[in-house]
Amino acid sequence: MKYIDEFRDGDLARTVAQAIGRAVRPGRDYRFMEFCGGHTHAISRYGLADLLPEAVRMIHGPGCPVCVLPIGRIDQAIAIARDHGAILCTYADTLRVPASNGLSLLKAKARGADVRMVYSTLDVLAIARAHPGREVVFLAIGFETTTPPTAVAVRQAAAEGLANFTILCNHVLTPAAMHAILAAPAGVALDGFVGPAHVSTVIGSAPYEPFPRDYGKPVVIAGFEPIDVLRAIHLLVQQVNEGRSVVENEFTRAVTREGNARAQAMVDEVFTLRPSFDWRGLGAVPASALMLRPAFARFDAERRFAVPYAPVADHKACECAAILRGEKRPRECRIFGTVCSPETPVGSCMVSSEGACAAHYTYGRFREAA
Amino acid sequence: MCLAVPVRVVELRGAEGAVVDLGGVRKEISLALVDGVRAGDYVILHVGYALQKLDTVQAERTLELMRGLAPGGA
Amino acid sequence: MKGDRQGGGRADYLRPIDQKAGRIDMAHGAGGRAMAQLIHEVFAAELGNEFLDQGDDGARLPPLAGRLVISTDSHVVSPLFFPGGDIGSLSVHGTVNDVAMMGARPLYLAAGFILEEGFEISVLRRIVASMARAAREAGVPVVTGDTKVVEAGKGDGIFITTTGVGAVIEGADCSGRNARPGDAVLLSGTIGDHGMAILSRRENLSFETDIVSDSAALHGMVASLLALVPSVRALRDATRGGLASTLNEIATQSGVGIHVEEAAIAVQDAVAAACEFLGLDPLHVANEGKLVAIVPAAQAERALEALRAHPLGRRAARIGTVVEDSHRFVQMTTRMGGRRIVDWLTGEQLPRIC
Repeated sequence: MKYIDEFRDGDLARTVAQAIGRAVRPGRDYRFMEFCGGHTHAISRYGLADLLPEAVRMIHGPGCPVCVLPIGRIDQAIAIARDHGAILCTYADTLRVPASNGLSLLKAKARGADVRMVYSTLDVLAIARAHPGREVVFLAIGFETTTPPTAVAVRQAAAEGLANFTILCNHVLTPAAMHAILAAPAGVALDGFVGPAHVSTVIGSAPYEPFPRDYGKPVVIAGFEPIDVLRAIHLLVQQVNEGRSVVENEFTRAVTREGNARAQAMVDEVFTLRPSFDWRGLGAVPASALMLRPAFARFDAERRFAVPYAPVADHKACECAAILRGEKRPRECRIFGTVCSPETPVGSCMVSSEGACAAHYTYGRFREAA
Repeated sequence: MCLAVPVRVVELRGAEGAVVDLGGVRKEISLALVDGVRAGDYVILHVGYALQKLDTVQAERTLELMRGLAPGGA
Repeated sequence: MKGDRQGGGRADYLRPIDQKAGRIDMAHGAGGRAMAQLIHEVFAAELGNEFLDQGDDGARLPPLAGRLVISTDSHVVSPLFFPGGDIGSLSVHGTVNDVAMMGARPLYLAAGFILEEGFEISVLRRIVASMARAAREAGVPVVTGDTKVVEAGKGDGIFITTTGVGAVIEGADCSGRNARPGDAVLLSGTIGDHGMAILSRRENLSFETDIVSDSAALHGMVASLLALVPSVRALRDATRGGLASTLNEIATQSGVGIHVEEAAIAVQDAVAAACEFLGLDPLHVANEGKLVAIVPAAQAERALEALRAHPLGRRAARIGTVVEDSHRFVQMTTRMGGRRIVDWLTGEQLPRIC
């Protein structure tokens, strides 16, 4: 597969890993957060920890939209399907997230709720057209990568006058979350960020410029493949060594400084900022999520259906909050791997395959078992 | 986050659609979010939409740069 | 009432079943004339053999030489027809393979059908014809069967359960408990073909290039393998849950660890690409015509020769080694040179967007 296989080449990986090894200064530690869950997954799935020198430690960030989705928001989706008889369309990632009352979207489906997995918002529109007599609701999740496809769907629904289509909007923003991490009082010591790959294709590299400027933390945007991640770590090590702090772009084949202006314009036309939004693990974060503008408010499921949002606290022993902020590691959670596992996830980090705990359990738990 | 794959545009379809190819597997997707895409171009695909064109020159450059990291050059 | 009276005591029928436009109704499972007619005109017409033709409720088999093996499998696949097979051929291959993995020669099959009221008889005929073809090609006849009908909405069209009996091949001792540290882990071919062929036909996940299921009867290849290498420790066909689950099953059963090399595990380009589109790991994708063989290290080359000599094992390769590990982890050295666990599949395999 072109532009994939070359970035997974074992020999090239070793070349870059060795360059990192040569670059690290003796006696110095490097702590980098890979913000994006996709990078967490790539690091675990390819065993990249084995290629990095001891001095480099990767801290997993909260860039996993399923992980940061509050239980109460899933409860809303379940209520829409169960109590309002709507067709609830969702990406597969949310299906198994445990919500209140022992339910999940998948379990609600088993009990008769019309929950349908979709691959794209194009599928949701097709379902809405095919069932004009039923309400069709799309559970819209994701960071800036996934928002433009929702914007397209809403605009299309408006153009077609699709009266039975609404969205439950849970789109969240990357820079806001990065600020929340850096500004946290108990703050975790970080030397820099590996910036998200595909979020950046949409928003560009410019939105990350405040981080080096205001916090002195370098950001290197990395592509999605393991070699991209290694190269980004290499560039971060070099910046730290040289006392530099700038935004660098490793993913030049897909990311420009401006990003995708057309996609940004569409998102801006359809959505506006929510004053505040509840993030699982991070708590309330201001200006960190989106909602529909008044011109498109008729497509808002929260307006059409009486499904008030009720926050739900996490399990007392769950350390996801600290783990999402990079303050603790999965194995430092009391219930990791015992009560909480991918089969029986308690916290958000275990639910999605790119959550820090799920990734560690699924791919890396042999590391402490020795 | 957000799983996306680089795919090659095989042909354009309709106003905003395209058929893309990855490793011999083809899929119909939407080009609603990108301008000026032609058959033969590569795009980044996410949830059924092209998000951006892939700059193939930059891709090669990135690879060359990394190969050059080997001691003594590529 | 006119009717043909032939030997075997078949009943008179008013008129033949409409196999073009007819549908299953509750009468077809009720044990009466309608059911007898269905069995005669659809099932026996395709599957007919000396045992089935006796018309009894069971089959009296000749005495079996050797140690008896029995296995059963239920088939609920959707869609019913997919590139490379259908629920009918799958139900034959699946059970033939389960018996073969015991180090046995499959001899006879029994088949139970649960049909949903309203199911098209023409579709049923296609499925039964496919089963018959698969059974004939495998040399394993369906000697007895059963049919029931459930009300519309209570079944997904058709469910098939097949049970197979066989006899252990002389000298073979294959069990998932037999893997020992040092043993070689062999894989008979490419992974993920069946699962991706199925996904490629389901709604919402469509591809324009056909990926073909690898559904196949493996007993011939197993017999060749055991003839050359009687000391095979374990055989397991990698079905649901993919290669990952198969390796974990063996590791758990034998109380060992397994180390595999990613670079040695073959995946067809189209399957790899389809997995990329959906964010799936080929290691977790179902197969229906591949096996894992655990053999003593000294026999690995010979075993590979035997597999590769067979049309279904051309891409057989050694993928790893059994090791001591009280945790029973299956670990993989990735293409990058790093290590990671190959875990059981969690829940149902679902595509991801993140």
